[in-house]
Amino acid sequence: MKITMTLLAASALALSAGASLADGHERIEIDGVELILAAPAPDYVEHLDKVMSGWLFRSAETQALELDDFDNPAFVFIDKGIDLFNEVDGSEGKSCASCHEDVAEFAGLRASMPRVVDGKVQTMEDIVNDMRVNYMGAEPWKWSGGEMTSVVGLISLQSRGMPVDVKIDGDAAPFWERGKELYYTRVGQLDMACANCHEDNFGKMIRADRLSQGQINGFPTYRLKNAKLNSIHGRFKGCMKNIRAKPFKEGSEEFRALELYLASRGAGLSVESPSVRN
Amino acid sequence: MKHTSVMLASFLLAGAASAAEVAPQEVAFQDGSVLQSLTGVAGDAENGRKVFLNRKKGNCLACHANSDMEDQPFHGEIGPSLDHVADRMDEAHLRGMLVNSKMTFDGTIMPAFYRADGFVRPLDKFKGKTILSAQEVEDVVAYLLTLKE
Ligand code: HEC
Ligand code: HEC
Ligand code: HEC
Repeated sequence: MKITMTLLAASALALSAGASLADGHERIEIDGVELILAAPAPDYVEHLDKVMSGWLFRSAETQALELDDFDNPAFVFIDKGIDLFNEVDGSEGKSCASCHEDVAEFAGLRASMPRVVDGKVQTMEDIVNDMRVNYMGAEPWKWSGGEMTSVVGLISLQSRGMPVDVKIDGDAAPFWERGKELYYTRVGQLDMACANCHEDNFGKMIRADRLSQGQINGFPTYRLKNAKLNSIHGRFKGCMKNIRAKPFKEGSEEFRALELYLASRGAGLSVESPSVRN
Repeated sequence: MKHTSVMLASFLLAGAASAAEVAPQEVAFQDGSVLQSLTGVAGDAENGRKVFLNRKKGNCLACHANSDMEDQPFHGEIGPSLDHVADRMDEAHLRGMLVNSKMTFDGTIMPAFYRADGFVRPLDKFKGKTILSAQEVEDVVAYLLTLKE
């Protein structure tokens, strides 16, 4: 396994422009910002030596799309996010920008999300809808709808390059434990756990797809497959359906816990939003 | 494994009552092998090859390479190559691998293709169903038996 991974990372790096190897961490640069795409695994990730971004497992062509924001198709949606941020909506006659002059004020937020607030796992989608409903008097957006993923993408982009660092102790601990349990529970007619693919077999081909560690540091993710930004919970749903399991609902307690746990498995990786995947 | 004799007995009863097909919960294992055909009808290797390839059925190529299918792009790397597998495993063991490979490889990622219950949160449309029918299992076994040196 070790040999495969070293080779893989090396070939990924060799194939992509702008990438260099330093301190044993795979790093790339996008728009002048350095991103760390592999880091020593935190102690609580017992079965991995290294945590690795999904970017390292994609083809050279797909990788290249992410290295320049002009080539990155996700930026069409980021632009839409900027428009939505400035658009007045709801009974209060306000836009996001009425209260938040510069979206850059949210730098660092993505890196610490999700977080536990008032005994519940709060996600970026929750914050956006809280703002819309309680501050603007507007309708909430659908979890994985185009408006939501665009604005979540825009806010997440402000943290690009910052290390993922979510809180998992204190009141977050029970949610983290629940997420871990879900990660290792076999589900569906194919009877597989997330770990069977993303921990035991990352780096290997499953038919035409090279398995990654299933990290979420790059979400929302532009997928070539559906040509749009994809939410974290939307991706979880897709993986569950593929193993013929009844997915949990987007925004469910289960997916919130799983999101917290997966974010913690990416500790030390840079926020890479909006990433490009196949 | 403890329940082998019980399972075998209930199989005999059910078998006598219904058609010749062995129901998923009645399959009798012996050290990972299933000695008796699930249907009593000889497997059709040609159809077995199709089931092997079909993404909604065996989808075996997702995880296994197979030189006999070199025309197909993208062979998986999760499991071992199935080249010459019939030289390594006999018919009964191949059948056992297909019915439930966990009887040979505890904790394997390979799905059990002829098991209908005991799943957590299966999608409604697959509830109580096996991935392959009894005859499809026999057909794939017949196909695998053609993979030898
Ligand atoms: C009427 C003013 C107002 C409007 C309109 C508004 N916000 Fe806020 N927003 C606030 C205030 C005040 C806070 C801090 C208090 C809180 O979290 O409730 C905040 C907090 C936030 C935070 C969390 C920052 C953090 O570090 O926790 C985000 C993200 C955010 N807003 C995004 C948005 C977006 C996106 C919109 C438009 C959909 C929006 N806001 C609309 C007033 C507003
Ligand atoms: C049968 C194998 C399999 C299982 C089981 C599986 N996935 Fe995946 N998953 C994939 C494949 C294939 C991809 C696309 C290639 C890749 O990134 O691994 C993927 C991609 C992902 C991604 C996107 C990674 C990125 O870089 O954008 C996430 C996140 C993810 N999976 C989470 C999960 C979670 C959570 C579970 C458990 C509920 C799960 N997966 C179960 C096969 C699987
Ligand atoms: C999700 C991946 C996966 C799928 C799909 C899969 N297998 Fe496997 N298979 C494996 C793995 C992994 C092993 C090795 C056993 C282990 O250590 O877990 C294996 C082992 C085997 C073996 C034993 C080979 C040997 O040399 O020991 C046979 C035979 C086999 N599989 C046949 C099949 C057939 C036929 C299909 C399709 C009907 C299939 N497999 C589908 C993963 C898979």
